[in-house]
Amino acid sequence: MKPAVRTGSYYMTGDVACAEGAIAAGCLFFGAYPITPATEVAEHMAERLPDVGGTFIQMEDEIAAIASILGAAWTGVKSMTATSGPGFSLMMENLGLGVCTETPCVIINVQRTGPSTGLPTQTGQGDMMQARWGSHGDYELIALAPSSPQDCFYHTILAFNLSEKYRVPVLVMADEIVGHMSEKVVIPDAKEIKLESRPKPKGRKDRFKLYEPGPNGVAPMPSIGEGYNVHVTGLTHDERGYPAMDTEEQENMLARIKGKIRNNLDDIIHTEEYMMDDADIVIVSYGISTRTGLTAVDEARKLGYKVGLFRLITVWPFPEQKIHEIASRVKGLITIEINLGQVHYEVERCAHGQAETHLVGSAGGKIIHPDKVVSLIKEVFQP
Amino acid sequence: MTKNPKPLGKNPVGHPLDDLIRTERIPHIWCSGCGIGTVFSSCLSAIKATEIPYNEFTMVSGIGCSARAAGYIKVDSFHTTHGRAIPFASGIKMAKPDLNVIVFSGDGDLFAIGGNHFIHAARRNMDMTVICVNNLIYGMTGGQVAATTPANAKTTTTPFGNPDAPFNLPLLAYASGASYVARWTILHVRDLTNAINEAIRHRGFSFIEVLAPCPINYGRRNKEKPLDTLKLYRENTIIKNGADPAIADVDFDRGVILGTFINRDRSTCDDMYEATCRRNSED
Repeated sequence: MKPAVRTGSYYMTGDVACAEGAIAAGCLFFGAYPITPATEVAEHMAERLPDVGGTFIQMEDEIAAIASILGAAWTGVKSMTATSGPGFSLMMENLGLGVCTETPCVIINVQRTGPSTGLPTQTGQGDMMQARWGSHGDYELIALAPSSPQDCFYHTILAFNLSEKYRVPVLVMADEIVGHMSEKVVIPDAKEIKLESRPKPKGRKDRFKLYEPGPNGVAPMPSIGEGYNVHVTGLTHDERGYPAMDTEEQENMLARIKGKIRNNLDDIIHTEEYMMDDADIVIVSYGISTRTGLTAVDEARKLGYKVGLFRLITVWPFPEQKIHEIASRVKGLITIEINLGQVHYEVERCAHGQAETHLVGSAGGKIIHPDKVVSLIKEVFQP
Repeated sequence: MTKNPKPLGKNPVGHPLDDLIRTERIPHIWCSGCGIGTVFSSCLSAIKATEIPYNEFTMVSGIGCSARAAGYIKVDSFHTTHGRAIPFASGIKMAKPDLNVIVFSGDGDLFAIGGNHFIHAARRNMDMTVICVNNLIYGMTGGQVAATTPANAKTTTTPFGNPDAPFNLPLLAYASGASYVARWTILHVRDLTNAINEAIRHRGFSFIEVLAPCPINYGRRNKEKPLDTLKLYRENTIIKNGADPAIADVDFDRGVILGTFINRDRSTCDDMYEATCRRNSED
């Protein structure tokens, strides 16, 4: 057996950094199907997992891939898959099963341009609304957005920690550029990496209820073979986990699934700020577009504009309160994203008319040039 | 004047399979004359007969009438999405190979929407037992044509008769690589129970097709009364172990072959992963 944490400094792609982050987080099962630009995550997991006592399996399609990681999660291991647009679409039904059965797992989506086959080798951020609402029905989940290979390492660990703590599938919404670029990645000592694991049941097994919430709204989760005789179903179920075909149990279940996320937003939402103290124009961005935003802030400041950047590490749940509060004290909000308006409309919703909202978007394929942002600032704002 | 029987009191005599049933979930959803309950009780009897501790079993199902079995068995059980029981079960098996994994589902779930997963799990010789209750129809949704419905049969979506040919499931399983393949009907309860017992203990991908009546949604539309179906099972079947799966079509006019078609040793998916991947990674 080799160590799970490969402490040191590396020149590494984002895809490989996601894989190393997963293994450092204790991931022991990975099921996936090859797809550009996420294939390298699978290739690296195939090589590394046997080293640490884990299991890699290349399934027959992405539907099978996500089904396999849900099954594996119930044996007590941390599990993950990685995909891109078309594969992400195929995973949507079982993503809902993961949410409904409160199964912790991590899904990496190295986004490319869509719709359909799109530009398979080129970047995009067009799956953000699908990440939020792609499976049918009403629910909450968590989605993070790394903007560098170093982020890929840490955000994958964060994804595992949040998925274990809240018993929810967590999405790491990377993109082709972040996934394929090589940059310096520093992997710390194992003891510096804080890991969470799912709450485990205590007390009498015959009185155990699979979905009876603990103090933070999250129910303890046993594993197969521990003697709890759990029944896990995607049907609407009561606290025992048994199918309950009535609207009251539907309300209870939704309240729990949504509540455990909505009532812990301070712990779940991670953001970063740059030059925000005196800013009266704020760029909102996430993932690779954060890097467009950072340069745009510097360029616009040279021209005398007081621009700051608010970066979403956690995109879902959306930091509604924070955007609302920022909007109350600035002239304008500019969202940069490699799509034609997805998170932008969330910003507009939360700004609630208190500040102007603008989109710097694109149909996809390449990173957005900072000049596009600076031009917009010059066009609509006074220094 | 007759006396009513005495109440059973606090400790009524239980059913011998009660320790494997979530009795609080009874009554079940299955209709009168349905064959699923018979397959289910054969499965429980077989589990009991293996003498393997119950917590070393897990049952996974997809969607449909048969798939509801996972909600009645008292072991860790999973009622997943339509067609995806096998990949879900594969994840369980590969993450914890010492578990006995049983997939219990219907023909529509396993062979139409889930057909791709079936052939791949068989190819890998994934060490699990797949029990397919084949009632020739989509029962839960009200009787639509399935991948197993006989040609010319009437269903709600083939009102003029089924224009398509059905799968020969034992042949499909064999060709895909399954290492244990058997077929029984719900009339052959002892044989079926023994087969499930054998399949659980068999190392590798075991497949058992069980012909079961759906009087409400298949029989009613095809002029086949519940007792007629059972007569077909008794009179128009041929028990022949080791038969060639290529001649195993479900054709009651020619006679439907029952028995164990295949029982062979082949390395399992988890054994091969251990031998190939883990050994090499240590070099």
